[in-house]
Amino acid sequence: MTVPTEQIWAWLEEVPDPEIPVLSVVDLGIVRELWWQGTGADAELWLALTPTYSGCPATAVIAQDIETALRHHGIYHLRLEHRLAPAWSSDWLSAAGREKLRRYGIAPPVEKTSDQPGIRPLTLTRRTLVITCPRCNSGQTEKISEFGSTPCKAQYRCSDCLEPFDYFKCI
Amino acid sequence: MGQVSDTAPVDAQALFEYLLRLGDNDLILGHRLSEWCGHAPVLEEELALSNIALDLIGQAQLWLELAGEVETSFQGSGRNADQLAYRRDVAEFRNLLLVEQPNGNFADTMARQFYFDLWHYLLLEQLSTSHKPQIAAIAGKSVKEVRYHLERSSDWVIRLGDGTELSHQRMQQALDEFWIFTGELFMTDAVDQTLLTAGIGADIAGLRQPWREQLEAVLAEAGLVMPQADWSRRGGKQGTHSEHLGYLLAEMQFLQRAYPDARW
Repeated sequence: MTVPTEQIWAWLEEVPDPEIPVLSVVDLGIVRELWWQGTGADAELWLALTPTYSGCPATAVIAQDIETALRHHGIYHLRLEHRLAPAWSSDWLSAAGREKLRRYGIAPPVEKTSDQPGIRPLTLTRRTLVITCPRCNSGQTEKISEFGSTPCKAQYRCSDCLEPFDYFKCI
Repeated sequence: MGQVSDTAPVDAQALFEYLLRLGDNDLILGHRLSEWCGHAPVLEEELALSNIALDLIGQAQLWLELAGEVETSFQGSGRNADQLAYRRDVAEFRNLLLVEQPNGNFADTMARQFYFDLWHYLLLEQLSTSHKPQIAAIAGKSVKEVRYHLERSSDWVIRLGDGTELSHQRMQQALDEFWIFTGELFMTDAVDQTLLTAGIGADIAGLRQPWREQLEAVLAEAGLVMPQADWSRRGGKQGTHSEHLGYLLAEMQFLQRAYPDARW
């Protein structure tokens, strides 16, 4: 008897991202698909994972954490498939995930990227996005650096409450 | 990842060379940027430079891993990404001369980065529609990261060019100094031609026009002038490197040379 995939999705929702532990690997959209292959004692669980950033050191840890969690629930025959295309997008972050991020003090991504056909055209016009401070909700914020403590974040500062905060980049 | 043997009509040796070029550009520039770690002018820039290095090294790993699979297809056995990164000597590297140039001051690093990012972005944009699915996938993933790098390096060129008298002077000087390495970005050889004809590679010579247009737009906004030179250094793509690459490899490869196959 194989475990229903809904149950497995529920278990994976308990597996935190190693760098932003408030998010699960499901919230992040890293687990794209899972399915059973074969039947009976030979059944093997397959999971397709899409990495966030090419060089993100958390990628290997995430794969390991998923494997450990599933083994803990008694699933020993599993295979992880790394899927590069379509490339990971911050649009895949679940609504619940965005809210969790904000409460954790990280401003969620504000822009949609994947609804634009192909690759976004180059333009010199600076995009004037309003990034809301996750602490005081002020829209008066400024960018300090395009990168933060992990590849997926940028650094901002709130001009009202003066607190610095991380912003989850749009990609 | 799928098998590479489905490429049939393409010369596997040329494909291998092509993938080494892609991987080596990322690897060498990534390593150069990592040298800023502990030396950057401010903490935010330190984080940014290290993160860009991380993106590039991650991309290098994908390209070199694929190169190793292709090598297996015509040699019977191929090297993995680590072996290609750590066990090749200077003449076997296929990166552009631009990316191996030393970091210099912050403006130098930004000039080198801006020239490269702009070219890299245009190149990956084309490769993301390559007929070879693995190349299209890696390019499609990388181009999103590189677009972000490009926005940042363009910003810095404008900020320094349009900044103080000193920052303006340094930025102009840096752009002028690295200019002689930009010609190589658009030079093509038999490998490029083979891959282009097969619908796998990019039209590298054709990138010159959009590259120049975007460059002119950024320099105009920065108040900087277009560098002038009627000659160009070349050879990196074919393995003829400047003196700097040997020193870089000596540091980058030290551990694997001293303790082959050492693992964490």
